Amino acid sequence: MKTALMDFAYLAAAILFIVGLKWMASPSTARQGNAISAVGMLIAILVTLFDQHILSLWGILAGVVVGGALGAWAARAVKMTTMPQMVAILNGFGGLASLLVSAGEWHRLALPSCPFPTDVAVSIYASTIIGAVTFSGSVVAAGKLQEVISGRPILFKGQHLLNAALLLACLGLAIYLTKQAVNPHAFGALNLLALALGVLLVIPIGGADMPVVICLLNSYSGLAAATTGFIIHNHGLIITGALVGASGIILTQIMCKAMNRSLANVLFGGFGATATAGGSAAAVKGTVRPITPEDAAALLAYAESVAFVPGYGLAVAQAQHVLRELGDLLEQRGVKVTYGIHPVAGRMPGHMNVLLAEANVAYDKLLDMDVINPQFERTDVVVVVGANDVVNPAARNTPSSPLYGMPILDVDKARQVIFMKRSLNPGFAGIDNELFYNPKTSMLFGDAAKTLAALVHEVKQV
Amino acid sequence: MSETLVTQIVIFVLAMIIGVEVIKKVPTLLHTPLMSGSNAISGITIIGAMIVSGWGATKLAAVLGFLAVIFAMFNVVGGYLVTDRMLQMFKTKEGGKAK
Repeated sequence: MKTALMDFAYLAAAILFIVGLKWMASPSTARQGNAISAVGMLIAILVTLFDQHILSLWGILAGVVVGGALGAWAARAVKMTTMPQMVAILNGFGGLASLLVSAGEWHRLALPSCPFPTDVAVSIYASTIIGAVTFSGSVVAAGKLQEVISGRPILFKGQHLLNAALLLACLGLAIYLTKQAVNPHAFGALNLLALALGVLLVIPIGGADMPVVICLLNSYSGLAAATTGFIIHNHGLIITGALVGASGIILTQIMCKAMNRSLANVLFGGFGATATAGGSAAAVKGTVRPITPEDAAALLAYAESVAFVPGYGLAVAQAQHVLRELGDLLEQRGVKVTYGIHPVAGRMPGHMNVLLAEANVAYDKLLDMDVINPQFERTDVVVVVGANDVVNPAARNTPSSPLYGMPILDVDKARQVIFMKRSLNPGFAGIDNELFYNPKTSMLFGDAAKTLAALVHEVKQV
Repeated sequence: MSETLVTQIVIFVLAMIIGVEVIKKVPTLLHTPLMSGSNAISGITIIGAMIVSGWGATKLAAVLGFLAVIFAMFNVVGGYLVTDRMLQMFKTKEGGKAK
């Protein structure tokens, strides 16, 4: 097939990717959008098979079958709660593929033992560094999310200095390899140092900040694909890689804003390690009003409107389904039920929405923070389950609080708040919550799944 | 800097701008499927992997390419299927599925 024709086919694939992403703008078209995007990928793969330089198809076909089968199995087997790990692994494999491609190209071009043209060299070494950092960083992120590696930030003295030195060493090696003749040892060292850099960049980041890291690695995996495009002079890859890179950058920004942190603070801060010290200063005292499931059920059953505010604790307790059952029961009684979702309610952007959709909650009941906040004033009862910091009014009122400035769900503006909690222990960030002592708040203590089941039982009795 | 590289950078920057504009419009509701879906798209590295594997210039290059095909294909197939699995769960009350 002619090269020009192939380039147009890649362009067509890129257009299908853009259209597919555009259709992701609404849940009613998103599934078709994903299918359109997949058709684009199919076109790109089929066209590449007609590349006249390809001598052997067998290796390619074997790789396609093996990789495809494993991918299909993983997509089926993964639980919705472990989706962040899945995305991290997918990011990592994308990065690894880019790393392997650049290594393969390096070896192919290195044979004639003449120095590379600068263009090619720059593309190959950029792809090596980005691919390696994406791969090893993603593996560490997945390990932290899966709790194979401690979720706590791993900090040591001189960490930033070491990272800076590693980065400089990578760049130095890349420049040396570009200027001087090809040297397999230097190239091997570049690969290893870049892999080490990926690990070291992610280990100081705490488990709660993983959503930001996954977004960032998503962006890197796009950039890695784009650099691969620079190496093989393929515009389709460059366009596509840039699209994904942009997506990751936007999501990173959104997550940082939702946590009221700068990207630099997330990457270098080691937040989880220091927060406990800062939080205890702002301890609040007052009376806590416990409530029984019977009374809570009556409150809910006779309300006109109820808003649930779920946090990740709900998913940990595997209580999404019983929460939906409670919501359905209340709706049958004519109560208006909504769900308020904070951007960092799950372990990655939009995670809580997926978990509730899996439990058959209609997506038009899942309201973003900006939509639900003005509605709280008119809400009779808010039920907070498995969330804490994202509803802490200290973020609005207490400038000394570590949470100050973080956008929160204003549940304290509702008429009544039922706060479901195992005990009075502070939340993930170790910060006390004045909402517990608010006269509007009733504390419903106990395991989330069991207490919700008790509420379902009691509402049926009302 | 060669003309090819300049053209490539121009394309890269323009595509980035399109990406930002398109992705801004995706609601937070769908950010998880957006990430897995865009992830599948970044599996486009498969093209590079196929070429390096298929050209078979050296044995080592062919082996590296073959491994790259496996990982990129995992990325592509796993990404698209898991995205589809998530998106089909998004329904309205009337049982109208997301298409």
